[in-house]
Amino acid sequence: MTGGSVLLLILLVLPLIGALVVAPMTGNPRGAKLVAMGFALASLVLTIITWLAYSPAAVESGSRFQLELSVPWIPAFGTSFALGIDGIALVMLALIAVLIPIVMGFSWNQEIPEGRTESGFFALLLTTQGLLVGVFAATDVFLFYVFFEAMLIPMYFLIGRFGGPRRQYAAVKFFLYSLLGGLIMLASVIGLYVVSGTALGEATFSWTELQSIAATVPESTQIWLFLGFFVAFAIKAPLVPFHTWLPDAGAEAPIGAGVLLVGVLDKVGTFGFLRYCLPLFPLASQRLAPLVLVLAVVGILYAALLAVAQSDLKRFVSYTSIAHFGFIALGIFAFSSQSLAGATLYMVNHGITTGMLFIVIGFLIVRGGSRLIGDYGGVHKLAPLLAGTFLLAGLASLALPGTNSFVSEFLVLVGSYPREPVYTILATVGIIFAALYVLWVYQQTMQGPVRGAAVLGALERAGGPGTMIAPEAAAKKGAFPDLSGRELAVLTPLIVLIIALGFFPGPVLDVINPSVVATMNEVGLADPVGGIR
Amino acid sequence: MTPTSVAGLLAAELPHVAAATGTASLAWLLFVLPAAGALVLFVAGRRADAWGHWLGLLTVVASFVVGLLIFLETTGLAPEERTRELSLFEWIAVGDLSVDFGLRLDPLSLTFVLLITGVGGLIHLYSVGYMSHDPGRRRFFAQLNLFVAAMLLLVLGNNFVMLYLGWEGVGLASYLLIGFYQDRPSAATAAKKAFLMNRVGDVGLAIAIFLLWTNLGTLQYTEVFARVGEMSGGTILAITVLLLLGACGKSGQFPLQAWLPDAMEGPTPVSALIHAATMVTAGVYLIARTHPIYDLTETGRLVVALIGVITLLIGAIIGCAYDDIKKVLAYSTVSQIGYMILAVGLGPAGYALGIFHLLTHGFFKAGLFLGAGSVMHAMNDDVDMRRFGGLYRYMPITFVTFGLGYLALIGFPFLSGYFSKDEIIAASFGQPGWQGWVFGGAATLAAGLTAFYMTRLMFMTFFGEKRWEKLKSADGHDYHPHESPAVMTIPMIVLAVGSVGAGYVLSSGHLLVDWLAPTLGELEEPHGGAIPHEYVPFLVVGFSALGVLIAWLTVGRRTTPVERPEPVSLPVRAARKDLYANAINEALIARPGTWLARALVYFDNRGVDGVVNGTAALLGGSSGRLRRLQTGFVRSYALSMLGGGVLVVAALLAVRFA
Repeated sequence: MTGGSVLLLILLVLPLIGALVVAPMTGNPRGAKLVAMGFALASLVLTIITWLAYSPAAVESGSRFQLELSVPWIPAFGTSFALGIDGIALVMLALIAVLIPIVMGFSWNQEIPEGRTESGFFALLLTTQGLLVGVFAATDVFLFYVFFEAMLIPMYFLIGRFGGPRRQYAAVKFFLYSLLGGLIMLASVIGLYVVSGTALGEATFSWTELQSIAATVPESTQIWLFLGFFVAFAIKAPLVPFHTWLPDAGAEAPIGAGVLLVGVLDKVGTFGFLRYCLPLFPLASQRLAPLVLVLAVVGILYAALLAVAQSDLKRFVSYTSIAHFGFIALGIFAFSSQSLAGATLYMVNHGITTGMLFIVIGFLIVRGGSRLIGDYGGVHKLAPLLAGTFLLAGLASLALPGTNSFVSEFLVLVGSYPREPVYTILATVGIIFAALYVLWVYQQTMQGPVRGAAVLGALERAGGPGTMIAPEAAAKKGAFPDLSGRELAVLTPLIVLIIALGFFPGPVLDVINPSVVATMNEVGLADPVGGIR
Repeated sequence: MTPTSVAGLLAAELPHVAAATGTASLAWLLFVLPAAGALVLFVAGRRADAWGHWLGLLTVVASFVVGLLIFLETTGLAPEERTRELSLFEWIAVGDLSVDFGLRLDPLSLTFVLLITGVGGLIHLYSVGYMSHDPGRRRFFAQLNLFVAAMLLLVLGNNFVMLYLGWEGVGLASYLLIGFYQDRPSAATAAKKAFLMNRVGDVGLAIAIFLLWTNLGTLQYTEVFARVGEMSGGTILAITVLLLLGACGKSGQFPLQAWLPDAMEGPTPVSALIHAATMVTAGVYLIARTHPIYDLTETGRLVVALIGVITLLIGAIIGCAYDDIKKVLAYSTVSQIGYMILAVGLGPAGYALGIFHLLTHGFFKAGLFLGAGSVMHAMNDDVDMRRFGGLYRYMPITFVTFGLGYLALIGFPFLSGYFSKDEIIAASFGQPGWQGWVFGGAATLAAGLTAFYMTRLMFMTFFGEKRWEKLKSADGHDYHPHESPAVMTIPMIVLAVGSVGAGYVLSSGHLLVDWLAPTLGELEEPHGGAIPHEYVPFLVVGFSALGVLIAWLTVGRRTTPVERPEPVSLPVRAARKDLYANAINEALIARPGTWLARALVYFDNRGVDGVVNGTAALLGGSSGRLRRLQTGFVRSYALSMLGGGVLVVAALLAVRFA
């Protein structure tokens, strides 16, 4: 069980080394940022190599994980440092690798609180990246647990040290909430270990071995173990009613960290459903699916309505995300290859679209100095590109056909309908609410006459105290400037991905599909429409 | 919910659909050209301000030429070979679901291609003049091009997901163009309203698609239509009603009609192209396209026809009450699409008639809107007809072209509307039992109302006293009415020619009906029914003449007051308030929705989060301790990690050595 590919190990360790290199460079922020970006781009290249090295076809011939590496860790407890990826993990790795350089580009000139260093911020970003790779690449349940808990630490510091005015409250809430979920999961991890001891003779944490006995575990045991994992993942994802930490964390986190938090970190929850809940507890997953579906659909509608009523732009994005996580959970627990593939693709797409939405809102907040929707108005007059990119991000968020999100949302819904028509119809009604919250916020902030305290304040500052210059003159003076070259460069890859994946999702779906079929087989269900190939 | 297997579907059961060859293999150019135009205009930014409009026009004209070549090639084929498909790439494929990015070239889609690119090209040309003073002209052409591309995808797609792509794509273009004057809060609100009401309809369309997938395991038109019979009657009825919901949203049909009049906030060429000639008729296209499903359910068709009848009456009644020239035309559009929906609701006796009226309406309504735009152009963008009057002398070309469109719309003998509308009314009377009387009667009555409100519009705008002479416009200028430049009048003239001749040409020798037969089936001639076919024209012309006469008596021979008369009778008051549609939406949906959202925020902050924080405080012993935990957090954290670690090791040891 030793040996194999070191590619994933390098992918995991490289950003962590980067963090160690960058962290001490407190006296040279520019150098620190350049080095950090270098590591991020190197990780991106390495991820592309990983993508090319991965063979979707090999999954069909039985290799559940690829690029595997296994080193005995604590043999006495049957745990090993085991890495390996399937298509689902691979697309998540790709998402991280794409988002990290973008987040760095966004955070390049950000203002940071007094007493903090830019090198610290960038080092924490790299740490987060490395630990996230560990979460997605671990094929040992105990190792997964360790990464699952460890990734909280850099995010805690990102929020607590670099965040907004209420950052301490938000960071602690985030941390305690996640820690609580993690502890409950730990109980299940240990329980699983015990069960494997009875079934296999020797207890193990190996995912593959645990999966091989999954079908033989009695349903009642499965349900208890399932619940431990589920609660941790439902907090992480988050599903209603475990969601209230996210609006606080999302609002107080610096935008760059918020992109990672909502874009990737939260996906660990839905990834956990796919990797751990479904294959390890197939009977419990089916038995408890109605419960999850209710939470999912309630989340879609409830969070969307809450999003409409938000007055804070960052809390608004958080609530839209909670609604989107409802779609992902619906797809996962509707058990069809379309809905599962849709949910997986949704995880990727949501990272891209919400990342873009967060970033554009960040550009807006940088200019106006306020997070409140009511402080903005008529921005399109001053910064048409900013308004246009905001609209594009919003349209992707409401899953307009032609954008990436449509493909995933369509797959989730069309795949969920055959087995769960009622929940699917309710979720479909959610697309009206999505249009409502996106267009409402767009109208409030971007359309109409120039207005709002933040915008008028910026104009006043440009014209000197007590005066307010006309919008046209302000645009010339750069009072409320349109997107700069750097800002456009940050957004361009996201825009390209949104459109390209809207029309050509094939390359990503090809990677996802075989692993989804494997997951379906592990659950032991056939497609409700057609047969699994 | 019977599981179906695609494996059970033998290729031999499918009707033969040839792959597109020859000119038709270039069909992708149809939508790629305008889409590329839109992309260039969006990306190039201000650099394209000088020439952007010409690029926009050029791509649409080029697309029209490609469409015309494919059309001519198709007419050379035998009728049963006129349906061809062009698969471009596999768009979405998971498991047995395979969605093709594919085009279907058949008489129905090609008819639409010519309408969209033809009228679209004319309106692009007109807009070069109409928008010449607008700083946002490049953005306007980019969005108009985007619309043409999306609309072409809508009608050309060979499966339901492509349809949905175009369907929401035109919705986006419509949203952008209604809100084109983003400074105006009313425009932004109207745009949002249009998108939202459309999304309500889209939910219906989406669920219909899910039902088709669940029951048939495919979303390709060819396979779906070949196998519709496998579905149960209840499922078929559900699908038809859900598709109709989608059609109602897009086409401004009852109960989702309220967005269309507000959509007049957009520039007038947009009203002509999107909100009269093409996009709003997509609902009619949808039902005609999916007619193999409607063929199987009489109840489903009846619902369609009833919605059409209700809408054509609503539109005609409200159209009588407005003084805003664009709003009158907008309600006229609502009403005329009601006729088309009624027609396709009549089944095999009406599918082709609905498309026929759609085409003639595309000519004369687009012409009327362009004429209205020309009038506004001359009148400092005013739309209040009470401020117009006597304009025929100042803008003769506009007057004549508008007048021909007017005559076509009210069904003046041997002009376009006469043929297409009369055939729908005749087919309605041809229905058995009460349906013949109700459908035919309502359609005849609405024809009279149409003649009334349109004649009223003509009198108030072009005849009578020059009321504008003593007034100043909203921005304080005098009115100097003048004829529009040639770039605007030429499209109006072309459309006027179509308004006059299209009906005769398309109906002579059943030209259109026979052309569409490979897609829509043979047209069933009505026989018997409430009123025999041959008497209907006299009845309709009689009612229309009555409408004109009443308009003359009440408007034409009197002086029109500049201020709107108040108070007025209850029916007029109701009509002025859109028959309370907005009030009902507001009271039933908007206001309760706002309250609910606010209540939920309170609940989430105090209820759900309150429980969380309360529990945390309880677990911590007191909220004071929680605060201490927060301040000295790093130490506590280290301690809890250590504690956790000890626990883990202890647990593992216990398990190991138990």
